[in-house]
Amino acid sequence: MIVKIVSKNFDIPDSHKLHVALKHGRYTSLEKLFSMEPAEVVEEVSKSGLRGKGGGGAHTGDKWKLIPKNHPLPTYLVVNADESEPGTFKDRQILEFDPHLVIEGIIASAYAIGANHSYIYIRGEYVFWAKRMQEAIDEAYGAGYLGKNIAKSSFSLELTLHRGAGAYICGEKTALLESLEGKRGHPRLKPQGKEPEWFFGAPTVVNNVETIASVPYIIKNGFEAYRAYGTDNSPGTMLFGLSGHINNPGIYELPFGVSMKAVIEQIGGGVLGGKELKAVIPGGSSCPILRADEIENITLDYESLIKHGSSLGTGGMIILDESVSMPLAMKNLFEFYHHESCGQCTPCREGTGWVDKILGRLLTGDGTQEDYKTMLGACDMLNGKTICVFAPSVAFIANSYIKKFKAEFDALCKA
Amino acid sequence: MSAFVFTPENEEKFAALLQRYPQKSSLTLPSLWMVQYQEGFISEDAIVFLAKKLETTPMNIYSVASFYTMFNLKPVGKYHIQICKTLSCMLRGSQEIKKHIENRLGIKAGENTKDMKFTLTEVECLGSCGSAPCMSLNEAYKENLTIEKIDAILDSLA
Repeated sequence: MIVKIVSKNFDIPDSHKLHVALKHGRYTSLEKLFSMEPAEVVEEVSKSGLRGKGGGGAHTGDKWKLIPKNHPLPTYLVVNADESEPGTFKDRQILEFDPHLVIEGIIASAYAIGANHSYIYIRGEYVFWAKRMQEAIDEAYGAGYLGKNIAKSSFSLELTLHRGAGAYICGEKTALLESLEGKRGHPRLKPQGKEPEWFFGAPTVVNNVETIASVPYIIKNGFEAYRAYGTDNSPGTMLFGLSGHINNPGIYELPFGVSMKAVIEQIGGGVLGGKELKAVIPGGSSCPILRADEIENITLDYESLIKHGSSLGTGGMIILDESVSMPLAMKNLFEFYHHESCGQCTPCREGTGWVDKILGRLLTGDGTQEDYKTMLGACDMLNGKTICVFAPSVAFIANSYIKKFKAEFDALCKA
Repeated sequence: MSAFVFTPENEEKFAALLQRYPQKSSLTLPSLWMVQYQEGFISEDAIVFLAKKLETTPMNIYSVASFYTMFNLKPVGKYHIQICKTLSCMLRGSQEIKKHIENRLGIKAGENTKDMKFTLTEVECLGSCGSAPCMSLNEAYKENLTIEKIDAILDSLA
């Protein structure tokens, strides 16, 4: 099942060092890249069907095409390494084991959109990975892969690593840009039509680390080679994660479209301690939960997960065994969302806290049917009344826990 | 009156970073990090200093500093243990690990030991779900924690 496109060099000793990376194919896409026009690069990536791997799954080529021609301000490429979605730990593997692949992808992507300065926004807790990435950046500058006239081409690119400081919401691209501008990470209002992002009013593309790391393969081998993996609408591969009650937790690169059940059983080695599977959170905690009986026919691609009422998200699956109390699991996540709500919109800031408190009361045995109703009302209040999608997705997942495991919630309510 | 100043190294770093952003305000987070590494926490004096340096108001700097969990607005212990409490870690026993640390240090999460040697904080997802449970000890990740591992770590710091 495993395919190694992005993770090809992960097992090579010292794969993060330039001299080793060069021996294993890094920066070999540049020759072809600079023989192409930027518009051709955009077209190639567009045809590959590459989709954003940070959770949204937007088409990368479409995003790139939004950059206006002849804008008076320079264009920027911002790489989102703010990986904080519970259950997600894939970007750190790329940063740790193949930082030069990230730089190679940044060069290609920046060249395509006409950016001469790129920023990597990395979550503050990833101190080790920020250091590792900075070392790779320094090496790349030293070897002429960054700076003026990269690999003797006419293209120049500056790359700056920028550390966050512990705010989940900064993974949302507009909050990330606010943070990069030196402000609180408050998401921005979405425009009516399609627009690029804006960094200090300059046109900007924000791409996830893994998305960027997939670009060199497409440039070097062509879009058909990438499309050889995965499905029509979800082409290529993704670094899927397994965590929670699973025998072999970890990150595995798989083509889209493989069976979720087979991945859990064959690659994950099944549920920890031979227990029964109770539920799976498919792609980070913001995806609605799936009962064990629901995953039977699910394949790991965007369409299949949507068809089954959830979403692929970041591909980070959390496995829950039969012993887990669903109200407790839901409370754990609401503590997270309450803490991480940016506080800008009242329904989100207060609503997540209300639900957390009510769940706490239910779990101590003091809850009533009235509490249960208030909780449903609060979940309803979270949906559709806020600036960003944080609260609606929280409402969505809350409903999935309550609806699919209703008996457990009922059992906690006094008359 | 501001008693805080950057070390010469940080002044140099600040000047170099200024060349790498289109506007000065982008230096807010990098500067707050420099303050925290220099002093261990972000004091009011430092906030006044940064406001001047970044041509904004102290309230604005404070508003940003207080938004981000990792900026300490109060001093923390010599060893800052931040234990992840989110779902994947919880499923792999982070609560037992937390209780064990609390018992050994004689403090609750969110507190410092009296001698300011340890601070224990519960934090949200550290992105270490595949090697849960996890904690960060002065910024270094310690993963796949067990009671034995915690004992060995705490013994080595005693």
